[in-house]
Amino acid sequence: MPDSKGRFGIHGGQYIPETLMNAVIELEEAYNHYKDDPEFNKELTELFNEYAGRPSNLYFAEKMTKDLGGARIYLKREDLNHTGSHKINNVLGQALLAKKMGKTRLIAETGAGQHGVATATAAALFGMECVVFMGKVDCERQALNVYRMKLLGAEVIPVTSGTATLKDAVSECMREWTTRIDDTHYCLGSVMGPHPFPTIVRDFQAVISRESKAQILEKEGRLPDYVLACCGGGSNAIGSFYNYIGDKEVNLIGCEAAGRGIDTFETAATLNTGKLGIFHGMKSYFCQDEYGQIAPVYSISAGLDYPGIGPEHAYLHDTGRAQYVAITDDEAVNAFEYLSRTEGIIPAIESAHAVAYAMKLAPTLDKDKIMIITISGRGDKDCAAIARYRGENINE
Amino acid sequence: MSNIAKAFENGKAFIPFITCGDPDLETTAQCIVEMQKEGASIVELGIPFSDPTAEGPVIMEASLRALEGGCTTDKVFGMVKRLRTELGVTIPLVFMTYANVVFSYGIERFCQKASEYGIDGIILPDVPYEEKDEFDSVCRNYGVDFISLIAPTSHERISMVAGSASGFIYIVSSLGVTGVRSNITTDIPSLCAAVKAVTDVPCAIGFGISTPEQAAEMSKSADGVIVGSAIVKIVAQYGKDAPAHVGEYVRSMVSAIR
Ligand SMILES: Cc1ncc(COP(=O)(O)O)c(C=O)c1O
Repeated sequence: MPDSKGRFGIHGGQYIPETLMNAVIELEEAYNHYKDDPEFNKELTELFNEYAGRPSNLYFAEKMTKDLGGARIYLKREDLNHTGSHKINNVLGQALLAKKMGKTRLIAETGAGQHGVATATAAALFGMECVVFMGKVDCERQALNVYRMKLLGAEVIPVTSGTATLKDAVSECMREWTTRIDDTHYCLGSVMGPHPFPTIVRDFQAVISRESKAQILEKEGRLPDYVLACCGGGSNAIGSFYNYIGDKEVNLIGCEAAGRGIDTFETAATLNTGKLGIFHGMKSYFCQDEYGQIAPVYSISAGLDYPGIGPEHAYLHDTGRAQYVAITDDEAVNAFEYLSRTEGIIPAIESAHAVAYAMKLAPTLDKDKIMIITISGRGDKDCAAIARYRGENINE
Repeated sequence: MSNIAKAFENGKAFIPFITCGDPDLETTAQCIVEMQKEGASIVELGIPFSDPTAEGPVIMEASLRALEGGCTTDKVFGMVKRLRTELGVTIPLVFMTYANVVFSYGIERFCQKASEYGIDGIILPDVPYEEKDEFDSVCRNYGVDFISLIAPTSHERISMVAGSASGFIYIVSSLGVTGVRSNITTDIPSLCAAVKAVTDVPCAIGFGISTPEQAAEMSKSADGVIVGSAIVKIVAQYGKDAPAHVGEYVRSMVSAIR
């Protein structure tokens, strides 16, 4: 997967303006050239290990395991990566590729700001220019990350069109890329968009399950029974799943943002509420109305507040290989607080969606079952917003 | 020969675009009547989409206003029916919208209705050559032309794209999104020549054109000129009073290229 046309089953493809076609073809050719290049992979591994702090720990959450009284719970600590989330894995790969392609400028969309921060970081490291598009609403709820990006030398452009959130930031990036292609690489932040992005991002994120598989085999001598990850566009989830897809006994569970509930309009749970469509370069599932107008989705988590999902997830959903559940704001906030108190780990509110489902699932499982939850990022960026959610106002 | 091809037979074609439903469909219909009266050869009808990624601020905002005003694909079809049956509009009409609008309606159902109501072509800026079969194969069954686009970045793709084009070829004048530009820097004569070298399908240039001078210049190289944002701006400015102003503008553009 995917096939030569960038399809995962019926999903994926390249639904983009003609103006961008040669850019994605150039990207695909470059990627095919470098992906198995020993020199490229050596450089990337070095960046992962020396710069980003990989491999990330697979931590046995003993207190949580005891407290929930079921499956043995391990946390894949992507929050410990440099810049505080899994986003750096993809960004280092893409930035290195862009550099090899002779690009000198990176543009990126960001929701929670984690992908923007990671891109700004790589741009600083590689001496590249960086422009990040971020919905105005997200700039407000993730103000700390806006400051971090600026500190790292990036220009942050607040996007006011549409719902002023992640989908609008992606649209603005596409518009910007059609304006300036020669020197610019669009560093897409999730496993979405036109082919080859879903494949490239997956491959760079697959390091998560490559490591976790070796780590769990070492610690437990067998594969896990469950792998859980939160799912916005789906990059940390596909990275967490990828090396287990062939291991049918491993249950893969993606946790979408239900917002105020999947029976309300204020939700971002694409696979639970959306239908098949074509948007942002791909065929996949989208939250939309009967005329195909993209829905104004909502989640407390800026990083999951997106009306679509990557094509490979759409395919895993169709085939039943992975299961996708929906977690409400309330459940996620409870999990955010729970993990902080129980394990001394403050997860990103995105990651808290996966923790929340684990809190429901683990107690129903036997004690000899093994569960891995990917903690995709750390929660410092969310503290002010969660405090507000709890009716407390703190100065950031 | 298709109606679209015929529209290129009487000198250079002027092709105005309008966002349907901004400020309302009655005004849109009256604007189209004026466009025909003042010599437009074909009209592009934009069915509004919530997230038009190939559009600049002018058309994007008009699309959102239209949607907020309650415009839907079915209502646009209703307007087209009225244009053809009551308002005497006989020039070719082409839909311009996004893949999801057509896909979610059902490609088959959309094309059937389009054909039945008198739509001659469909332009989907987010469906490139690689993905067009899914739409084009259905369009062909209903005698609707699926319009192909060629961009300044198309280079060696030109013969492939132009080779299977029908109706007319939409040449994108500039990098970037739709919107008025004071200066078009692409080497238009070379781009048009490259297209004309490989096909007899007529070609029209759009993106960024707003003044009669630009139109005159562009029409030296191409068979037609497409204008979108400049017209959508007039509609935004005059609202329900737009038809007369749009008509006047179309007249000035038509006389500049003929
Ligand atoms: C910490 C964290 N986790 C998850 C996500 C969601 O993205 P994805 O589904 O691509 O992993 C984001 C996006 O901003 C994020 O910052």
